[in-house]
Formats: sequence, structure tokens, C-alpha cells
Amino acid sequence: MTDESTGDKTMTPDEAVAGLRSGMTLGIGGWGSRRKPMALVRALLRSEITDLTVISYGGPDVGLLAAAGRIRKLVAAFTTLDSIPLEPHFRAARERGGFELTEIDEAMFMWGLHAAANRLPFMPVRAGLGSDVMRVNPELRTVTSPYPNDAGVREEFVAVPALRMDAAFVHLNRADRLGNGQYLGPDPYFDDLFCEAADTAYISCEQVVETAELTKDAPPQSLLVSRHSVTGVVEAPNGAHFTSCAPDYDRDEPFQKLYATTPWPEFAERFLSGASEHDYQTAVQAWHKEQQQ
Amino acid sequence: MITRAEYCVVACAEAWRDNGEVLAAAMAPVSSFGARLAKRSFAPELLLTDGEAMLVGLDGSVEGWLPYRRHLTMVTGGRRHVMMGASQIDRHGNQNISCIGDWERPARQLLGVRGAPVNTLNNPVSYWVPKHSPRVFVEKVDMISGVGYDHAVGPYHRIPRVVSDLGVFDFETPDRTMRLASLHPGVTVDEVRAATGFELAVPDEVPYTREPTAAELRLIREVIDPKGVRDREVRA
Repeated sequence: MTDESTGDKTMTPDEAVAGLRSGMTLGIGGWGSRRKPMALVRALLRSEITDLTVISYGGPDVGLLAAAGRIRKLVAAFTTLDSIPLEPHFRAARERGGFELTEIDEAMFMWGLHAAANRLPFMPVRAGLGSDVMRVNPELRTVTSPYPNDAGVREEFVAVPALRMDAAFVHLNRADRLGNGQYLGPDPYFDDLFCEAADTAYISCEQVVETAELTKDAPPQSLLVSRHSVTGVVEAPNGAHFTSCAPDYDRDEPFQKLYATTPWPEFAERFLSGASEHDYQTAVQAWHKEQQQ
Repeated sequence: MITRAEYCVVACAEAWRDNGEVLAAAMAPVSSFGARLAKRSFAPELLLTDGEAMLVGLDGSVEGWLPYRRHLTMVTGGRRHVMMGASQIDRHGNQNISCIGDWERPARQLLGVRGAPVNTLNNPVSYWVPKHSPRVFVEKVDMISGVGYDHAVGPYHRIPRVVSDLGVFDFETPDRTMRLASLHPGVTVDEVRAATGFELAVPDEVPYTREPTAAELRLIREVIDPKGVRDREVRA
């Protein structure tokens, strides 16, 4: 049993971001506008870090970083706000040629994560062939099966390159100080793979609890992320806001709508110009109060 | 009086007839209603999702766990028939949901290819297009997301049908190009041709899309879509 006094990985969002540098490859967990590590993304926006290669099942994490001009290259299969199908800041950035895009299929993405997590250079997938994914990503290679199928054919597959990352951000419901992370919602998304595919991984969570507390009321298979794949643990209540973090909270739909319809400089000034995550949360509360009046 | 939307629900439902124990996946209201109609009537063995991470029965009770990573296995394992949307689709069944215009610098960025490339090479993919127009039914799609018959590779590619607000289409021609399979009652061949941006294969005799049975109509109106969402997606 690890001595918790020596294994404590807790840190602030800004301390997590201090482990990153411009030009790095950053993986961001969650899916669309669900359980995105938004507190960590906001900390990134408060830093000077730019020129990032971002790997994400894209949601507002991509939109925010694109609007702020922090992305050099995006690796994604889609970018969406779920209830608002098209992410406006991602769209605007694409339409003005704001970053380079490596557009791959969802399954190619998943197997790229598996490859990276398993220290494999690639994984074969029956996806991408015949589509324009191959045209717009001419660096993609194919492999021929060494084994003939029942029809005697050696099928050709796309060799999805490993999506290895310098760092990964994910948001979970709970974690202990050592870096064991737990999801309590219905879908793990691919957060464990993001952590295993990255050289360093920072997990934010709604609540840091004692290790024994994790499995007191929840089954062991809810322990999604293990500490050996985690560099830092950030307690960030409401840290996925405005995306959902089931079962702790749903997506903040009115606020997401505000995000999607407000000119970027105005939104950034009001909600993202503060010095801390606390300032953001306070600004959001003030906005909600205004709406009730 | 049967509405156009109700014909569309029936035409979508028919896509899953005799599919066996597979996931009937759909995104838009009318195609989802079609999946539920199929399961409630002639294909009770179909699996449905709650749109999140669960396999659910008709009453919403959970019968399985289907997070994204397992959903992708259902795709590549072939135990799924999805009815996707299409921002553009061409005569060979190539579909685009990624962007309009030049990919390098799109005039309109859309969703991205999502799972269309993996879907189309691994499990049957049908399409539902609620507004049939030359902007959707195009000569050539700007970005092949879902793969059509002229680009398909591997043993599992299949596009059983395309359903629009005007009719049902398949690829049952010698060269696997889109063919008018049935007209929804009230629609003419000329209307379909005018709304299609490529030369469509049209047989000499085009049947009408079948009528819903009385039982199906009751299911659609009273059980599956009592609020009439279908008539807001398809107005005619």
C-alpha cells in the first residue's frame, strides 16, 4: 500500500497546466459536450500555451481553444455540442483556415488510442478505405492481412497510427489523491485510454475522496483510471461545466446556448478573463442570477 | 388521411425488416420512429438504444450496456443497421456530413465524418433525408464520409435503402446506382427528378410506398409519436 503522504498528486488547475509547453500534443477526454475537462481547458486558456496539437472527440474544448487561437492542428472525427449539433467556434476556425485538421473516423480514433496505450505503432481497422479520409490525410498507410479470409482474400486495412500524446486531460466524478479516478455516469467514453496513451495525464474531478471511499457505494469497475497512468489530480467541482457530468449534473443548456451565440471576445471577456476557475464559476453564477430576474 | 410523414415512418421501418437480432440505430425523429415501429410490429427481435449508453426495451427498461466503445464493436461486428442522415448523397450512395466546399478551406464546416467511414464498410447503412432537394442529392459529394458502391471495399458494404420525403430509393441496378424504388403517395416521378441533382434510375413502373396498416397507424399516432413530431420534420 502506497503511503498517501508520498503519493499525493493533488494540484490546482494552473499547476497542471504548468506541466505543459507550447507545441505539445494534448489529448482531451470526454465526448462532444459531455464530461469535458473544462476547468483544465480554462486553465490552459489563462496560460500562454499555444501551437497545440489537440486530439479530441471534439466538443466545446475544441471550440474554446480554436476561438482563442491555441490550436495548430486538430485530430478529430467530429466536433459537436450535442444539443447544438454544430460547434460554432470550431466551424468559424475551420472556415477561416484557423488550424490544420487531421480528420479521421471515430473507430480509427479509438484504435489509434488503443495503439498508443499498448505501445504499438498502429492498429489495423476496416474503416477509412474508400472514403475521402484517405484523400485528405495522404500520410495514412494501409496493411494487407497476413491471413486470408474465408473467401481466400487477404483483406487490406487502414493502419491507424498510434495517437501518442505528451499530455492528456480528463474529467471524472471522483478520484483519490493518488490518481485513481472513478466515473459514475453511464459511459466511460475513452478517458482511461487517453491517460494510458499520454506521457503525462491530468485528471480533474468533482470530488477528491479517500481511496476506501471510492468503492464504498460504487462497484470496482467504476474505477476507470488507475494511478500509474496519472500525473496530477485536480479537484474541480463543477469542473466539466457547461458540459454534462452525469450523475452529478446535466449540461447547462442555457449557458451553452449563450456560449454558442455570443461573439467570442464578449464571451471571453465576461467569463474567461478572471484569474482562476473560481472567478469563472462566480461569473457563471452571476449570469444565471441575472437570467432569473 | 395518412400524412407524408407517416408514409416516411413506414418506409424507414421497412429498412429493418428481416434483419434479425441487430441494433436498429437511427438519429433523426422519423427514422427513430421507424425503428420503433419495426420493433413494435414486424421485427420484435431488434435492439434499440436510449441514445446514450443503454440498450433498452420498448418500455425503456434497460437490457444491456452500450457505451461508445462497445457501440463501435457492434458496428464492426456487423450486428447493427444504422439509418444515418446525409448533407449530400450521390448516385452511388456516397454520403457527406463533413463539410461543404473544398475540404482544405470549407465554405461550410459541418460535423466531420464521424463514424460514417467505419459504418459503411462494416454494417448495413441506410439513409433518411427529410428534405429531398438537388442540394442534397448531388452529382458528386464534396467529401466522401459514408462510402458508396463505387468506392466500397471489403466484404460487408451494403446500402439497403435511402428514404426521403418523396420516396424510397435503392441501388438494385446492374451498376449499383440509385434507383427510385417507390413513390410516397401524392408524389410524381417528375417531382422526384426535379429534386434530384443527378440522373436517377427510374423503372417503367414505379410502385407507391405501402400504406401503413390500421394497427401501425395507431402505433405511430398514439404510442410512438403522440405529439406529432413527425409532421414537423416532414410537412406535406
